[in-house]
Amino acid sequence: MKNAEEIFNILKDNFGDAVIALDKDTPTEAVITVDPLKIHLVGEFLRTNEDMMFDSLMCLSGVDDANGKKVKDADGTDIIEGGTLSVYYHLHSVSLKHKITLKVSAPREDAKVESVENVWKCADWHEREAFDLVGIKFLNHPDLRRIMMPYDWEEGSHPLRKDYKNPEFYQGMKVPY
Amino acid sequence: MSLKTETMVLNMGPQHPSTHGVLRLELKIDGELVLDVKPHLGYLHRCFEKHAEAMQYNQVVPYTDRLDYLAAMGNNWGYALAVEKLMGIQVPERVEYIRVIVAELQRIASHQVALGSNAADIGAFTPFLYLFRDREHILSIFEDTCGARMLYNYIWVGGLSHDIHPDFVKKVKEFVSYYKATIIELDNLLSYNKIFIERTANIGVLPLDTAINFGASGPALRGSGIPFDLRRDDPYSIYDRFDFEIPVGKGLQGQVGDCWDRYYVRVREMEQSLRIIEQAIDHIPEGDVQSAIPKRIKPPKGTVYTRIENPRGELGYFIISDGNTNPFRVKVRAPSFVNLEVLGELCKGHLVADVIAILGSIDIVLGEVDR
Repeated sequence: MKNAEEIFNILKDNFGDAVIALDKDTPTEAVITVDPLKIHLVGEFLRTNEDMMFDSLMCLSGVDDANGKKVKDADGTDIIEGGTLSVYYHLHSVSLKHKITLKVSAPREDAKVESVENVWKCADWHEREAFDLVGIKFLNHPDLRRIMMPYDWEEGSHPLRKDYKNPEFYQGMKVPY
Repeated sequence: MSLKTETMVLNMGPQHPSTHGVLRLELKIDGELVLDVKPHLGYLHRCFEKHAEAMQYNQVVPYTDRLDYLAAMGNNWGYALAVEKLMGIQVPERVEYIRVIVAELQRIASHQVALGSNAADIGAFTPFLYLFRDREHILSIFEDTCGARMLYNYIWVGGLSHDIHPDFVKKVKEFVSYYKATIIELDNLLSYNKIFIERTANIGVLPLDTAINFGASGPALRGSGIPFDLRRDDPYSIYDRFDFEIPVGKGLQGQVGDCWDRYYVRVREMEQSLRIIEQAIDHIPEGDVQSAIPKRIKPPKGTVYTRIENPRGELGYFIISDGNTNPFRVKVRAPSFVNLEVLGELCKGHLVADVIAILGSIDIVLGEVDR
C-alpha cells in the first residue's frame, strides 16, 4: 500500500517529464497530472508494476474545465475560447487496496488523449462517453463513436461543454420545446 | 454436400420485453448461434449530468432517484455521501443506522425484481409473482417512511427527509422474520429447479480476470468467485460494525461465473441483508435526523470520488466543486453501464435464447445505463 506521494515519486523516476505535478491541496484526494500523450504508458506501468497493481479503473470522467477566455458570439451568447479539457482517472488496486487519481489536460480546440482501452478494457465505453459529451478525442481507441447521443447528432456538438448550445433542429424536429 | 450458411444481423430491442427498458442489441448470428453482440444505448438519455450542473447540490437528490430506479435509496445515499465527504459533514448515529436499514431493505427489493424478471424472461413466471408479493412489504414500509414507493428522495445531504414512522421498527422486524422463512420458498421454486438450472448453468461464463479487467462489480463480479464487496473492502458509513458474509459463486451447478452463479449470489445476498437489518434494527439511537443538514451547501473547491455497494454493483459519484452552490461537474459511474460492457464477451458462441438469460443475470437498469 502506497500513498500518493510515494506513487508520484516512483512515476517521476520512471517517466520524468511525462508526469507533471502532484496536487495535494485538495479536500479529499490527491491528483497526479500526467502528459495526455503518455497516459497509456503510465497506465500500463501502474497496472503491471508489482508495487502498484492498479488492476481496476473505477471511473473515467471527461470534464470541461471552462478556464479559457469568454467571448461573445455573433448572437450575443458566451462561448469559451482557449483553455483545456481534462480527463480524470480513478484507479484502485483490488490486491493492494490503494487508490490514486490521475488527471490529463489537453487544449480545448483539439483535445487529444491517448486511449487506455488497451490497459483497462472498461475504459472503452467511458472514453466513448467522454468523447460524446465533452468532445475529447481518444487516440488509438478501437471504436470511437457517440454512445449517449444519437449517432447522427450534429458533428462537433458536445452537450457537456459549458458553452453548449442546443441545435434548433434535429432531423427536422424542433429541439428546444 | 454442404449447406451454405450466411451470417445475419438481428435487432433485439429497443422495444423488447426482456431488455428491461429501451436497449437495442445488434446480434450477428449464424443460424441460432450468436457471433457478436453490439449494444446500442442512449434511448433513455436525459442529460442527468448536465441538469446537475444547473442545480444546487440539494436539488440534485431527486434526480439521482431516477438513475437506478429499482434501488433509489442507494443512489440518494451515494450522492449524499460524496457531498458530505467534500464538506466534511459527520451525520448523526441515528441517521447512519436508518440509512443502513433502508439501503439493505432496498437491496432485497431490488434483487427480488432482478431474480423475478430473470426467471420470467426465460419462462418461469410464477416465481416472479411470489417475489413481487414479498417486495410489496418493503415498498409499504418505504411508503410509510417517506411517502413514495419508488422514487424516494429520502436520503439528503447531511440527513434524511423524514424521521422514521412510529411503526417502522415493528414492521421491519415482522418483515425480517417473515422473509427469512419465505426465502426457502424461492429456493424450492426456482434455485434448484431442474429446468431453470438447465437454462442457466454453464451459460455465459465470466472468468475472473475478464470480470476485473472489464470493471464488473456487484453480483456480476462476485459470481465469478471473488468476495469483493465495498461494504467490507472499502467500508463506508457504519458497515464495519455488522457481521455478514459475502456470498460468491462456487460453480455448484456448473462452471464458476455462469448465469446460475450470478443468480444464486443474489439469493444468498438477500439473506445477508436480512442479517444486517437484524443487527441494526434494535440499535437505532434517539436523535434528530435533520440536525446535520447544512443550511447552505457550499463545499470547498476540490474533487471527490466516492463509491458505495449498490444492488447492481459499484455506484460511484465523481463531483467537482468550484466553490459555488452548484456542482461544477457530476459524473456517475453507474454499475449497470460498466457491467453491460461485458455482455458481448459473454454471449459469443451461445444461442439467441441464451442472450436473454445472460442479460437477465447481469441485471441492468437502463435508467442508469443511459443517465
